[in-house]
Amino acid sequence: MSGAGRYAAMFAALARRGEGAVVPFAVLGDPDMETSHAVLEALVAGGADALEVGLPFSDPIADGPAIQAADTRALKAGARTAACWELVRALRSAHPALPIGVLCYANLAVRAGLPRFYRDAAAAGADSVLVADAPMDEAEPFRAAAREAGVAFVAMVPPSATPRVVAAVARHAEGYTYVVSRPGVTGTDAAPRQGAAELVRALKRLAAAPPLVGFGVSTPAHVREALATGAAGAITGSAVVERVAHLRPGARDATVLTAFIREMKAASRPAAPPAKR
Amino acid sequence: MKLDTRYGTWGGVFVPELLVPALEQLEAAFVEARADAAFGARLDALLRDYAGRPTPLTRCERFGGGAGAAIWLKREDLLHGGAHKTNQALAQALLAQRMGKRRLIAETGAGQHGVATAMAGALLGLETRVYMGAADVTRQRPNVLRMELMGAEVVPVESGSRTLKDAINAALRDWAGSYEHTHYLLGSVTGPHPYPLMVREFQRVIGREARAQFLAAAGALPDVVVACVGGGSNAIGIFSDFIPDAGVRLVGVEAAGAGLDSGRHGATLARGAPGVLHGAHTLLLQDGDGQVSESHSIAAGLDYPGVGPEHVRLKETGRASYVACGDAEALAAFEELARTEGIIPALESAHALAEALRLAREGLAARILVNLSGRGDKDLDTVAALRRPGAQAAPGNGPEAGAPGGGRP
Repeated sequence: MSGAGRYAAMFAALARRGEGAVVPFAVLGDPDMETSHAVLEALVAGGADALEVGLPFSDPIADGPAIQAADTRALKAGARTAACWELVRALRSAHPALPIGVLCYANLAVRAGLPRFYRDAAAAGADSVLVADAPMDEAEPFRAAAREAGVAFVAMVPPSATPRVVAAVARHAEGYTYVVSRPGVTGTDAAPRQGAAELVRALKRLAAAPPLVGFGVSTPAHVREALATGAAGAITGSAVVERVAHLRPGARDATVLTAFIREMKAASRPAAPPAKR
Repeated sequence: MKLDTRYGTWGGVFVPELLVPALEQLEAAFVEARADAAFGARLDALLRDYAGRPTPLTRCERFGGGAGAAIWLKREDLLHGGAHKTNQALAQALLAQRMGKRRLIAETGAGQHGVATAMAGALLGLETRVYMGAADVTRQRPNVLRMELMGAEVVPVESGSRTLKDAINAALRDWAGSYEHTHYLLGSVTGPHPYPLMVREFQRVIGREARAQFLAAAGALPDVVVACVGGGSNAIGIFSDFIPDAGVRLVGVEAAGAGLDSGRHGATLARGAPGVLHGAHTLLLQDGDGQVSESHSIAAGLDYPGVGPEHVRLKETGRASYVACGDAEALAAFEELARTEGIIPALESAHALAEALRLAREGLAARILVNLSGRGDKDLDTVAALRRPGAQAAPGNGPEAGAPGGGRP
């Protein structure tokens, strides 16, 4: 199974259980490859329904301070793209059914050459690629390379999106649709806004790939709010990465992340009791 | 977008989807304003009565003397603010007002664009915030004070290399959360469409004036027009009206820093590879994975690992050629212009002067027009440090030595 298939299976299974998806995001190689591997396994152990992993980039313009710092830590530790793909490969072989999405910036794909970049993603076992700075009007070459490699093309829909862009995303995006909850960059300093509900309704009306809400999702209450909009789940990134930043250097014990995802996951279930601490 | 966003295959709109509507709004406002005579009249009046246009064309008396060539200088150093940046900062600030935005944000490297934006913000009563790399805040103190005196808030950027590239990142992040009431007053012919086009059109006045002045003074067109290239706005500004003149050679001069093979330079057109940075498909200094490299130049305004997409196109078509000049040659030209003409140029412009000297001495041109894009007051501390006994314009001796983050592979 590849491309959108693992996402479809995940959403179907969640629907049967009446649950929403909780998808944590972490930067590959943050703070180093080994710890990053432990972090990602800890997220899965906490009940992550899928993983979103970021390739570190020198100039992440869509990201706030937490994820910028994560990219810097990873690059300082020498994270190369090839080693990041190796880590994805390891996750894939350990978790054959888990959807794994890759988030990156355009330059990493352009530099590698789009066909090679998407082939590498597919070979590592990634299900989808989202390019943060390739809006729909620039997306065609990326989409073509994704299609060729059998990787799902994921796109972001922000609150500022025009109806034309919402329609284009609904028509072309595969796997899931990334609904940006609010203006600004990634980070836990600003919570999601209500506007996401309107976008989610519009996407559903257009039969888009299931919407996941991201940006500012850092507490179980945010997960419940995201699901209340009708979204299929929530993506939590900066809150994860901030916890990674507090791991002791060389720590292999990332149980704090398991506990965090367990709490977030509890909020994704129907009639969830208040999260226990 | 309504206009073509590309120069050949270069340029485009590579920003998060969130910012696309803000760029569409900007493009629409620019197109409308260009067709509006009242906007043009207001801008022309500001450029004349506030900024001091037209700027003179000066024929050098002694600079390059004895080489048998005549060197003319387009005196953007005499523009209010001390550099060509004022031309387009005033224009964009008027556009911001027209769009009903109440706040300006900008990035700055050497501080010249920040100063120009602070001036425009003060003049039009717009709240102004300037992002500046923390390393540049340290090496360009006087400009920080100038911006603050004019009421702008200067925010030092501590991330990444703590220079211009990171200041642009910070401004883009601010804009992602503030576009509804804020205009991003980008300072060069870089970034996503419509900036490269819009900034070119607002800087075109340099070449329009210079061409007419040159014809009047010399009775002919120049053989060659020379300008320095960081992002490339002063070069595009002086080149544009000469592009149809097939007999006029256009030469852009990049920063070779400590040498092209040293890895410490800003010569993107010479050594860059295709990539995407700050919204545009262009050439970049980068590693094999696509991580953007640190650049280096004695001139903070040329210390940028990307370049405006139209320059990549001009190089590709052969209409312009690009060379690189090192720190030491630029410093020598800086000193020679001061000594022979009584004019202290910006270190950025000194790169163009160095190439003009070379063309004159090697007998490669008889009539040379140089864009003297800015004055050098801001560079006096840098030059003083380099003139101390034992110092030389080489890596590690400038005041920027010790700026962290210079070693990304």
